[in-house]
Formats: sequence, structure tokens, C-alpha cells
Amino acid sequence: MSEGSPVEGFIKRVLSPARLGSMSLHAAAVALSLLFAVTVLGLILAAYGTRPSAVIDVVGEYALTGPGWVAIVNKSTTYFLAGLAAAVGFRMYLFNIGIDGQYRLGVFAAAVVGGALGLPMLLQIPLMILVACLVAGAYAAIAAYLRAERGVSEVISTIMLNAIATGVISYLLSPKRFGVLEDGSSNVQTALIPESGRLPAISIPGAGEVYGFTVIAVIIGILYWLVTERSRFGFELTATGSAPRAALLSGTNPRRMVMITLIASGALAGTVGLPELLGSTHRYGISFPSGLAWVGLSIAIVGRNHPVGVALGALLWAFLERCALPLDLLGVPKEVISVVQASVVLAVVAMYELVHQISERRERRRAAAFARPAAPQGSPA
Amino acid sequence: MTITTKRWGMLVLGGLVLASSAAHIANAPDLTSAGLAGATLRFTVPILLAGLGGLWAEKSGTLNIGLEGMMIIGSWTGAWVGMSSGPWAALLGGLVGGALVGLLHAVITLAWGVDQAIAGIVINMAAIGAVRFLSSVTFANEQGGSISQSPGLEQLPLVSVPFADSVLRPIGGWDVPVLSDAASLVRGLATNVSVGTILAFLLVPLTWWVLARTRFGLHVRACGENPSAADSLGVSPYRIRYLSQTISGAFAGLGGAYLVVVASSLYREGQVGGRGFIGLATLVFGNWTPGGVLGGSLLFGFTDALSTRQAASVEALLLIGGTVLVARAGWLIYRQRRESAIWHLAFGIPVLLWFAFGSSVPKELVGIAPYLTTLVVLAVARQALRPPSAIGVTYRRSEE
Repeated sequence: MSEGSPVEGFIKRVLSPARLGSMSLHAAAVALSLLFAVTVLGLILAAYGTRPSAVIDVVGEYALTGPGWVAIVNKSTTYFLAGLAAAVGFRMYLFNIGIDGQYRLGVFAAAVVGGALGLPMLLQIPLMILVACLVAGAYAAIAAYLRAERGVSEVISTIMLNAIATGVISYLLSPKRFGVLEDGSSNVQTALIPESGRLPAISIPGAGEVYGFTVIAVIIGILYWLVTERSRFGFELTATGSAPRAALLSGTNPRRMVMITLIASGALAGTVGLPELLGSTHRYGISFPSGLAWVGLSIAIVGRNHPVGVALGALLWAFLERCALPLDLLGVPKEVISVVQASVVLAVVAMYELVHQISERRERRRAAAFARPAAPQGSPA
Repeated sequence: MTITTKRWGMLVLGGLVLASSAAHIANAPDLTSAGLAGATLRFTVPILLAGLGGLWAEKSGTLNIGLEGMMIIGSWTGAWVGMSSGPWAALLGGLVGGALVGLLHAVITLAWGVDQAIAGIVINMAAIGAVRFLSSVTFANEQGGSISQSPGLEQLPLVSVPFADSVLRPIGGWDVPVLSDAASLVRGLATNVSVGTILAFLLVPLTWWVLARTRFGLHVRACGENPSAADSLGVSPYRIRYLSQTISGAFAGLGGAYLVVVASSLYREGQVGGRGFIGLATLVFGNWTPGGVLGGSLLFGFTDALSTRQAASVEALLLIGGTVLVARAGWLIYRQRRESAIWHLAFGIPVLLWFAFGSSVPKELVGIAPYLTTLVVLAVARQALRPPSAIGVTYRRSEE
């Protein structure tokens, strides 16, 4: 509809007053939320009688060095993928708590396949990624089917499926099956993946190595943006999520959308464990934590389901956890950071709700101004 | 609801016959032992309390994913109070601690208008860090305590029905099918039972009575079905939901305290272990009725207890589960409900085949039995389920 060159149109769209206004509102909301979280952290530290300057010293010395930043980027890669997986579901108001089970089954399967084969790298790594996505997607399909065809809440079914995944993995990960017990260790792990199944890392002099999968994660993020914001499917997704009835009447099949969304979310969840598997551990073992679904959901909420927001949220999460590590030195348990993370989520959600109400009111006033022909407003660009 | 005393009697008798024959066929005497019955009770109660807590929230139209966090906080406050003031105070402490978190949940969802599922996630996340923080400033300074564990606590007293042990133990030893099994089971349920367990079970009829028979219960249910209709008749959904979410938290917190002073004798990090989530599952399993929640909790508690005991019992369970599913399929075919029947057979026949030809059930898989059962129930019984219709929907009074 806009005339002029596409670039001009793009700039106009991005920098329109309405958009700028909403952006600054959201930025203010995030800033206030962070302020709230920092206040919470300050109160906790005060309870331990820790001086803020001591905290800044110890955090600067142990966490925010070159290796510290590399660790933050590496961890946020994992969190970013979990956040994207959650965000796909959120587009349709689906809470995929099953990310947890899906990712662990996916990365476990990829580790088993990778440990058993010795193909050239160009085949081996894509195959492992494919296996992880397929297994995780297939596992999510159970919840998807139950939701779409039987109307079972995905919140409940995926909680069950997570527990089942835990049992199945501990069954399969016994030395009698796919597990390997190294001499002198009591941890059962899968077989070590050969060199061809290890993704080269990006070496940063003096700081360490950033996972090669971080690059892939960025590509996944861009693909996610293209599909959700620039494709017909993405439109249908948002439409079905925000106005199910209207979408239904315009010919979208809601059941199909639920199936696709949850399976896509599961397939994305399959990639969550890969940065670590392909980049550092090269086998499945106890280092793969459970509970990543909650992290992913929180990050997707904070990042408003937008890939850039999710990336920032993932970095924030990884940053907070990195900073929490040296707190132990000051006698403050590092787990308190989860209170700070919770307050970030809470504050962000409450703030967004407020922003939503403010911008809605503003929108209404604008519409009212249009409807009153006698009282002209400033030209709305 | 319509199940009368007579039908309950038939159900119990049928269950006993089935359990007794399965125990004999599968050679698993432990299945009907007093020890397993007692353990089942102890494993059931925390899940039951979480489930009842969830019921209170959901009946008023609130999805409460935060049950887990409320239990965690309840277990901590219970232990903290119990440390100085004894086990009864511990129960009260857990109740109050949980209620406060329930109130917080209500403030987040009602005053701030945050989505209910998000509120639950936030609470669960915060609870884990909060108890660490609280333990580090309290238990860590006590003798025998640490950052993740409280000092040893006094437990609630145990009681027995008079003469139950001396009468029932010999009968249990006679080896008469059904009768001896029944005697052992009753002995397990009637001897050395904690007062806390009895109190917890009494909360089931109490919850039923309040929800089904009192004015307040009617208001709660009205807000869960159609909050705007309730509001238009002068029942404020905000007020009712503040109350019901606080009650919900109190139940969950009590469940946490139970873990501390009945199921064990100290607070330990990770003790709750997902029981809050299982409590949510019992709601589905029990079709949002107190009795159903009790049934679901017993199932989860039973399999929990089972996974710590003889492996043969699990095989007996396969036999029971498979038989029940196939029998119900026959009944459904008779009732012309073919689709449901196919689902029952699809799960029932493989289970029976596994019993007949499969090797023994691995220990790792025993633990997933209740989750699998819940999934199966969700898949096969969905048509008959009737959750409150306003669950998960944020209520806002007239936005126009």
C-alpha cells in the first residue's frame, strides 16, 4: 500500500510514531522490570549482610572475564533454543512443558546414533540433528494428538510425558542397553561420539571456545522469524492463537494447527541439548539437566516470543546464572538467583499487561479522533 | 455421585478378588501385604493433599501449576516451625506457609491480571530459590542442619485400632484366598497409622461437603463455571478466587508439611519431587471430584510404594490393569461405544500379552506406571471428563 521505494516503506513502518511509542513503552517496561529484579537481589544480599561493592568485585573477577562471557554465550545458546521451542507453542497459547522430556529423549537418541556410527562429518552431524528433532518431535506428537483430537490439556499430558521420558531414559541408559560404564566412574553414559560427530568450535583467543552450534542456533532463530512473521503459516498461527473463531471461519483448521505447532515446538526442543552434545560432552550423561522447559517458557515470556527478545532473554538468564556462581564465595547460595529470575518474569509480565492496557487506551483515543471529523488531529503519517 | 454404598461394596469386593487372584497367579504375595498397604497410605497423602489443593483452585476457575512451589514452601515452613514447636505446629506452619503462597498466587493472577499458568511457573521457580535462601539463614546455623536439610524433627504420633494387630495377623497367615489378603490389607491400614494420615483423609469428605453442600461451595463452583454470571448475581469472582486460591495453597502447604513430619522426620531439599504436578494429574484422573482425587492419589501412592518393593507385584499389576481394561472394553461394546472400546483394547491387550510372554518388568519402568496410567485415562476417558469451564481464563470485570 505504501508508495515510494521499499526501503523507504520499511523505514516508515519501523519508525512510525505509533510504533516508536509502543517500542519505548516496552523498553521502559523492561527497564522497570530489571530494576525490580535488581531490587529483589539487593534485598536478598542485604539479608546476608553482603556489601554491594564486594559483590561487584567478586562477580567482575570470577564471572565477567573472557572465559566467563564465552560460558554465558554457550549456555545462552541452549536457553535460546529452549526459549524458541516454548515461543512456538505460545503463539497458539500452548504451554509446552514437555520441552524437558522432548529435549532429553532427542539428545539421548542423537547421542546413541552418533556414538554408534562413524560417518563423514557432513553426514554424521546433520544425521544427529535430524534424529534429535525427529525423536523429540515424535514425542511431542503424543501430546499434540491428545490435545487436538481428544481435547486433553497439553499442560497435564506433557507433565506426564516428562516423567515417562525420565523413566525411559534411565531404562535405556543401563549398561545392558545403550549405556557405557567407564572404569573408575559410577556414572553411566552413552558411548563417546567419534571425531566426525563433533562440531568444530569457534576459538576466541584467551577466552575459550564458543560452541559451533551457536551459529546454527542463530540460523534457526532467523528461520523462526521468517516462518512466524513472514509466511502464510505464521499468519495462520498468530491468527488461530489470538482469534481462534475468526481463524476457523476463514478456513484454518484449528486441530491441524495445534498438531503442527506442538510437533514443531517439540522438534525445536530436540535441538536444545545439541550445543552441549556436539560441542563439549560428546556423550549423553548426567550433565544434561532436567527442568529446561521452565527456563524456556520463562525466556519466551520475557522475550515476547520474538527471536531477538528470546535471544536477549537467554543471554540475561545465562548472565544471571554466571554471576550467581561466585556468590558462593561470599556465603550466598547461588540458587537465590532463581528468585531473581522469577521476579524478572513476574515484573515483565505485569508490566507488559500494563503497557498493553495503556496502548489499547491510546489506540482507542486515536480511533475516536478519526471518528470525529470536526476536530482534526496532527497528520498521522 | 450416584455410586451408592452397595456399589462401593461391590467395587471393593471385586477389587479384592482381582488382587488376590492376581497375587496368586503372578506369585506376588507382597501385593496384598500389610507392609505395602501401609506404605501406600504414606505415599498417597502428600499427593492427595496436593490434589485437593488443586481441586479448590480449579473449582473456582484457576489453573494452579504453582502447587509444586506451594508444597515446597509448605515443607520448609513446616520444618522451620516444627524445629522449635513440635510436629503439630509443623503441620500448622506448613498450612500457613502454603496459604501465604496461595495468596501470592491470587494477587499475581487477580490483582495484576497475569496469566494463571505463568503465575504458576513463576511461583515454582521462586520457591526453589526461596527455600535455599531461607535454609541458609536458618537450618545452616543449627546442629545437624545444613543449607539443604533441616535438623531431625519429631514425628506425629502413630495410632492403631485396638486388637487389630493381634486379630488380623493370624488370619493373614492362614493363606485362605481373599480372606487372608483382606486381613493383611486391613491390618496395614489399621495399625501404626499416623494421626496426620487420618486427618488428611478426613479432608476428603470435608472438601466434598463444603464444595457440594454449602453456600460458599456453590459460589466457588459458580465462579469456576461462569464467573460473569456469578458476578452479575452479586458473587464477586475476585473475592471467591482470593479465598479459594489461599485454601488451595493451604492444602498444598499441608502436604509439604506432611512430607516433613509424617513421611519422614526432616526437611530435605527436593523432597517434594514433583508431587504437586502429580496432584494436578489426579484432578484429571478423578474428574474434578474429591472422591476421584482420592482414587487417583491412591493409584499414584500405590505405584510409588510398589516401586520401592518386590518386582513381582508389578507383574501382578499388569495382570490386573490388563484385565480391567479388557473387561471394560467388553462392557463398552455392549453399550455400543465402539470407539472407546477400541482404545481400551489397544492398551489392555498389549499389557496382558506383556504379562503372559514378556520378561520381568525392569525397575526403571515401574516408576512410570502411574504417569502412563494417567495418560491412558486421559486418552480413553476424555469424553466423560467434565472440568470447570472457566479454568485458566483470566476474569476481568466489564472491560467496555
